[in-house]
Amino acid sequence: MTNEEQATVVEATGICKRFGPTVALDRAGIAVRVGETHALVGRNGAGKSTLVSLLTGLQAPDTGRITFAGRPAPPLGDRDAWRRQVACVYQKSTIIPTLTVAENLFLNRHDRGAGGLIRWGALRRSARELLATWSVEVDVDRPASELTVEQRQFVEIARALSFGARFIILDEPTAQLDGTGITRLFDRIAALRAQGVTFLFISHHLQEIEEICDVVTVFRDARHIVTAPVAELDRGAIVAAMTGEDISLTGDTHRAPPATDAAVRVVVRDLVTASGAQASFEARAGEVIGLAGGGASGKFEVAEAVVGLARPTAGTVTVDGRTLRRGSVPDALAAGVGLVPQDRHRQGLVPLLSVAENVTMTVPDRIGRRGLLSPARRDAFARRFITDLAIKASGPQVPVSDLSGGNQQKVVMARALAGDPKLLVLITPTAGVDVRSKQTLLGVVEQVRGRGSVVLVVSDELDDLRVCDRVLVMVRGRVVRDIPSGWRDNDLVAAMEGVDLDHV
Amino acid sequence: MSDTLSSTTAPAGAPAPPPVARRTVALAHLRDLALVPAIIAVGIVGFIVSPVFLQADNIINVLQSMSEIAIVVLAETLVLITGKMDLSLESTFGLAPGIAAWLIVDPAVTHGLGVHAVPGALAVPLVLLAGALIGAFNGLLIVRFGLNGFIVTLGMLIVLRGLLTGISGGKTFFALPGSMTYLGSTSWLGVPASIWITLALFAVAVVVLGYTRAGRSLYAIGGNVDAARAAGIRTDRVVWLTLIIASTLAALAGLLISGRLASVTAAQGDGAIFQVFAAAVIGGVSLNGGKGTVFGAFTGVLLLFMIINVLTLAGVPAQWTNFLNGAVILVALVVSRITGGKAQI
Repeated sequence: MTNEEQATVVEATGICKRFGPTVALDRAGIAVRVGETHALVGRNGAGKSTLVSLLTGLQAPDTGRITFAGRPAPPLGDRDAWRRQVACVYQKSTIIPTLTVAENLFLNRHDRGAGGLIRWGALRRSARELLATWSVEVDVDRPASELTVEQRQFVEIARALSFGARFIILDEPTAQLDGTGITRLFDRIAALRAQGVTFLFISHHLQEIEEICDVVTVFRDARHIVTAPVAELDRGAIVAAMTGEDISLTGDTHRAPPATDAAVRVVVRDLVTASGAQASFEARAGEVIGLAGGGASGKFEVAEAVVGLARPTAGTVTVDGRTLRRGSVPDALAAGVGLVPQDRHRQGLVPLLSVAENVTMTVPDRIGRRGLLSPARRDAFARRFITDLAIKASGPQVPVSDLSGGNQQKVVMARALAGDPKLLVLITPTAGVDVRSKQTLLGVVEQVRGRGSVVLVVSDELDDLRVCDRVLVMVRGRVVRDIPSGWRDNDLVAAMEGVDLDHV
Repeated sequence: MSDTLSSTTAPAGAPAPPPVARRTVALAHLRDLALVPAIIAVGIVGFIVSPVFLQADNIINVLQSMSEIAIVVLAETLVLITGKMDLSLESTFGLAPGIAAWLIVDPAVTHGLGVHAVPGALAVPLVLLAGALIGAFNGLLIVRFGLNGFIVTLGMLIVLRGLLTGISGGKTFFALPGSMTYLGSTSWLGVPASIWITLALFAVAVVVLGYTRAGRSLYAIGGNVDAARAAGIRTDRVVWLTLIIASTLAALAGLLISGRLASVTAAQGDGAIFQVFAAAVIGGVSLNGGKGTVFGAFTGVLLLFMIINVLTLAGVPAQWTNFLNGAVILVALVVSRITGGKAQI
């Protein structure tokens, strides 16, 4: 960090923050100067969100100092004081959908007249003036539920400014916006900047950062890696800082792709999800395909449409010549699709039921006779998976809620495998599991492909994607690259961030 | 508006054009009046069924018969807007005057009922205090211990009903002191006091919920509790206070009906909560919180009781009353759905 001539809006130094055994921030820091638009980048788990919650006063750091314009941060309980310093537009809305825009702007600080009664006319007028000052064109009398994501963000920014804060944190503001929405947001940011507002901009898209930011700070593994003017740090350097240069080449995971004459088993043709993401691909027997991309890439939507969790608006999915009924999980199961869903707690497990019941949930016909389930056969069936996947459970009767996260994920994997799937879809299969469980879970992929089935790995974890024969990279709802096995980390990360490293 | 804003130069771009704003305001008011056409229609049908329907005596009769339940509807509306539920209001409606009667009436007069421990003059404060304490206890379980409001108040509904049956021995308190019967039985300016009280309470609630920060905070909490907390609203305190006020209102309503009937039966209010919920929902109050108005709730309860009155005037046999009450709720829901235009969720 070099120039000290400009005053800082906020400065955090030597920040440490732990959550139980996890170190979220390790002697990290950031300094944002008046009037600049400062980018904060880092891969998932780098500590960005934790830093935001510390800078907005939602949590206190374990050690370290935060100052606003040189003065120490207000105490945690004084929300009003924090709001005068800093505001954050989170991905999750802090607007109340049932109230009008005007009331949302002046919630709990309504304009009051005689007898403490709210003067609605004056309140609406102030709201209109406030939005006009920051040129937000939204009808203040509409219920906030009718706003688009973009309008909602503008209203939240205007509200933040009305508290007196001139430093605004935007937490992945472009994640839910389309192309024109992003352009309008950037125009707005540029205009506000001209009016003296400072921004901390969090994004996964490097070209967005190049477009509107002056300075970029990179976090990796809970640490501050580098802060430099955007002009001095090219994309390659940013990506290198995000991934760490030490692991530039993959190991010996490169293997021969499946024979080109292997039968095509899975065809996804012109699939269009409800959110507008599109994908088409074919997979041969024994092929492992990765589907990667950042937060708003649409990879999860595509995966959910393939397995029937969400209903696509167009396109077909064919498994061994059988076309799946759109948006039907039972039909997908019958056709031989196995799924490890994204959120194992919500979609993957019934925590109070036993391991055996969870594993056999989708295959009642294999463990029963004449419509009655046989507990003995069920437990025998489950015991096989407990051994195969090395699930640490004292027996098939143990409730899943008693298992550790990694072992719970193995149960989800066992359930996906229970029907001998022809297509196995794994969505973030190793999220939140330890290294050993990770190895076991990814080892399963090898077994399944050995049987000639197709595996679709949907993730942005490099370790998950390393087992793939090829990786389809999605950016903003489109498959932009098809990268064969043997890629370098930097190339893949750059592709996910929407950058072409060939010219760096 | 802070002065920092007015000093900033405004870039080009005018605020939303006024005509659009006017129209949405008008629409918002229309939604409030959604049931008025239905009420007029029922009035016309009622007049055709029996010319008595629109006579002053009958209108006062309808208003009086609905006044006590209307207050409970108001109480439930407050709770529903914050996104909670209170099923126990129907038991509070019976128990609060029941406790006062139990403490006051003289067992020598009533064949062993009551304890005659408190002078009759304290009846009204006792009833209201009982209501407030029940609400405070509900709040303790729901807000402080974070228990599910539906189950807590379902349990309270049964417990409070059982308590009333216990202290009354399943019998009816009578020989109530004059202080207890006055409000429910007297008339002011030729109209029963309970009607005045009900109308006044609704008027106050319209102002409080529409025009005070405290009232608006109920909507904020019901709409998005995290956002409300972020705006500096003490959400727990407001919910707790709302539960106390709602129970106190239910106790007052119970006092009015006890005064009108000059007795407290062990079953006072039994089953009333379903009608209360129906009236609130018909009036456009959302069970998910954050939506609905006091005026809407009033039109809901009014519509319900007008239909019941028309059926009575039409000479529907008493055996069919329950069937028709249920049918009326369903029909009123459909009518309000058609006139209101939006699904009630």
